[in-house]
Amino acid sequence: MSTSQDSKKSTKLRVKRFKPEENPKHHYLNAEKGLWAWLTTVDHKKIGLLYLASIALFFLVGGILALVIRAELLTPARSFIDADVYNQVFTLHGAIMIFFFLVPSVPAALGNFVLPLQLGAKDVAFPRLNLASFYIYTIGSVFTLIAIFTGGVDTGWTFYTPYSAETGGNVLMMTLGIFILGFSSILTGVNFIVTIHKMRSPGLTWDKLPLNLWALYATSIIQVLATPVLAITLLLLTLERALGIGIFDPNLGGDPVLYQHFFWFYSHPAVYIMIVPGFGIISEVMSTFSRKTIFGYWAIAISSLAIAFIGFLVWGHHMFTAGQSSLASMVFSFLTFLVGIPTGIKIFNWVATMYKGSIDMKAPMLYAMIFLFLFTIGGFTGIMLGALAVDIHLHDTYYVVAHFHYVMMGGMVMAFLAGLHYWWPKMFGRMYSELWARISAIIVFIGFNMTFLPQFVMGSQGMPRRYFNYIEQFQPFHQLSTVGAFTMAVGFFIMAAYLGHSIFKGKRAAANPWGSRALEWQTSSPAPHHNFEHTPVIINGPYDYHKPMSEFQLGIAHEHDEHHEGEKVDVETGTATGKA
Amino acid sequence: MNRLSEFMLPPAKSTLAGETDALFHFINVTSLIILTGITIAIIVFAWKYRRRSEDDVTPVITHNSTLEITWSVIPLILVMIVFGWGFSGYMNLTTAPDDAYEIRVVGKSWLWEFHYETGAVSVNELHVPVDRPVKLVMTSDDVLHSLYIPDYRVKMDVLPNRYTSLWFEATETSESIIFCSEYCGTQHSNMDAKVIVHSQDEFDEWLESGDEIDEDMPPAERGEALVVRNGCNACHSDDGSRLVGPSFQGLWMSDVTLEDGEVVTADENYIRESIIDPNAKITEGYDAVMPSYQGVISDRGIDDIIEYIKTLE
Repeated sequence: MSTSQDSKKSTKLRVKRFKPEENPKHHYLNAEKGLWAWLTTVDHKKIGLLYLASIALFFLVGGILALVIRAELLTPARSFIDADVYNQVFTLHGAIMIFFFLVPSVPAALGNFVLPLQLGAKDVAFPRLNLASFYIYTIGSVFTLIAIFTGGVDTGWTFYTPYSAETGGNVLMMTLGIFILGFSSILTGVNFIVTIHKMRSPGLTWDKLPLNLWALYATSIIQVLATPVLAITLLLLTLERALGIGIFDPNLGGDPVLYQHFFWFYSHPAVYIMIVPGFGIISEVMSTFSRKTIFGYWAIAISSLAIAFIGFLVWGHHMFTAGQSSLASMVFSFLTFLVGIPTGIKIFNWVATMYKGSIDMKAPMLYAMIFLFLFTIGGFTGIMLGALAVDIHLHDTYYVVAHFHYVMMGGMVMAFLAGLHYWWPKMFGRMYSELWARISAIIVFIGFNMTFLPQFVMGSQGMPRRYFNYIEQFQPFHQLSTVGAFTMAVGFFIMAAYLGHSIFKGKRAAANPWGSRALEWQTSSPAPHHNFEHTPVIINGPYDYHKPMSEFQLGIAHEHDEHHEGEKVDVETGTATGKA
Repeated sequence: MNRLSEFMLPPAKSTLAGETDALFHFINVTSLIILTGITIAIIVFAWKYRRRSEDDVTPVITHNSTLEITWSVIPLILVMIVFGWGFSGYMNLTTAPDDAYEIRVVGKSWLWEFHYETGAVSVNELHVPVDRPVKLVMTSDDVLHSLYIPDYRVKMDVLPNRYTSLWFEATETSESIIFCSEYCGTQHSNMDAKVIVHSQDEFDEWLESGDEIDEDMPPAERGEALVVRNGCNACHSDDGSRLVGPSFQGLWMSDVTLEDGEVVTADENYIRESIIDPNAKITEGYDAVMPSYQGVISDRGIDDIIEYIKTLE
């Protein structure tokens, strides 16, 4: 079994096959013990798990807040909380879900865990910086929690001025928390970019890079370029509130629309920070569970970068009714439609990957399909909102709320769950109950649609968002939506139960339970402390299911291995092997 | 399919609503067709190509340029149609005819004031003539608001530091609801109003009288009508229950404790000041959020409201 043998200046590497060890005695989870070891770890896998625990906590908090909102909306006017409390609850739901769950969910939690594994590296390029970014996240969270318990915030997660400059509550502490959090995001982005550039294993050329890494790469670029703008905006807001410097508040000579420009200049790319890594996961899952080469590798990889790039130029579509010029609205509307194209291309390529595949409907694949369906609806309703005349009617109604949740929850969260179930065995070396995983996926799917489909209808009929009280004609939709939200909660509690059970009592996972060709599955489960006991050598693409598994388990053979029995392959390094 | 769009949208009561609805309908139908196609493909593939054994061999299909171009170009054409259509509708929505009848709008937390050319002012009730373009020139006294009339498919943010405008032409004499759609605090969801569409004659008549409140009513009843019309009752109850502001019940001649601990008596001058300059004296336990009604409620009107409050013991 040899590959391209030719020519010129290629360095010959001696490689041999390393079969991953099953049921390893030593792995990263038991390499160091104790709480202190966890809190000071520089192991990217453990930091990933620390993030995972944190975002799970915030998802729980944000989710409970969502249930409070839905319960309150069961009847018009007051059901069990006052308008002021309601306003704080929806603000916190949005801020927590976006800044503390969605933004770090895939990059910081799953990305941290899987990125070096997929590169065949021992760790990220700057392990200490990685730990620092986790602590920065923690400090940001503490600030936010203080804000919640010392007055709360009722501005909406967008902090629009002049309301945010004038209202009571602890807006300062909250924006400072998010300001600090931003640096965590920036540092993770820098770390990932450097790691992908500098730490790929021998043979892992750019055309063999897993699509998950292309997606994380695109995401990191947005994180590094866009997050500073949010930081500056929040800092200006803080200066205005604390020192009375007029920037956004018209009473002080500022301009509130300027704030919206600044805010969306970050926050629109931010939705791509949230969704693009999800695209990466879907590519991996689609190929693995179809056991088939990914369809349109370059189309998917380039479209991630295209989305990242064009995503910077569409922020004005949040402001069609805000008083910006018609010309600006026209340009932003046009560019918005251009983002739709690469997104559509991805969806078609994923579906095409399934064609003539060998499809195994395991939980990750089920989530990937749910993602495809829900995200496509999210995409089409995005086209609706991009159309200028229609957006005038739908802007700031429940239609936007539903669209956003279809993209973020139906898209991003479903992709995250696909990834979580996909990499779970690699994280903990245990399997979860497949049956319960499917049951909860279906409950979540039904609950999700029951919650958000009625919101499309309400929104089209004119129900504005962020309403504590509403006119009676909307009540049946609100009630359906509330029932859906609680159904979804049941699904998530089942998930928490079987995942928790699996950590302690789950069946032992094989090194490669899915039969994947991807590199992270060619090491034991849970992964060894340094990811691989050898230096992996890559000769095939990560989706080359037509090549035998043995070609995916190669590593550099040391001198003293020379006399051992083992399969040896000569490979070139540094040059791309031809890939159709 | 038409049914779906009709079910989803409120009744169309302006000249431009039809155009917006047609585009809404077009996007819905096109999206549903493509979504159905994708969903069927997913389900069919998932069933037809389900894994039969662990040794399944799959073909190597890496890409197909014809397909890639097809599914890039067709959506591109579709979205360009949507873009052009949406943009032309938007231009119509934002370009008011020259002969449009102008009404000034002021948004305050949390009510809408409408000022007419005759000097007439109405609160939370917008009176307009039918079959005639009406242009609203809007500004806010405090934070951002947004004036939204679902039946007309129009919406525009109302800003404190500049004028914005929107226009519509109502096609039938009826009433429609106005919402505030930009979050503005506690009573955001109660900041609604009505558009009342009159025939031109009726509208002129309304402008003349400016007031449906009868001069011959007893002052206390007139006061009650003014309290309702000006939206006072959104924040001040008449039965002692606590809303955003103190209740009117039992207010008359009571001792009111202010924020700074001072105790004042709620007499005529106190009530008058609280209407004209509400933030001068803030009752303990409440926030300084009420807008001024100077120039909105006349001195005679304030007299009537005082008479009304006297009756609520």
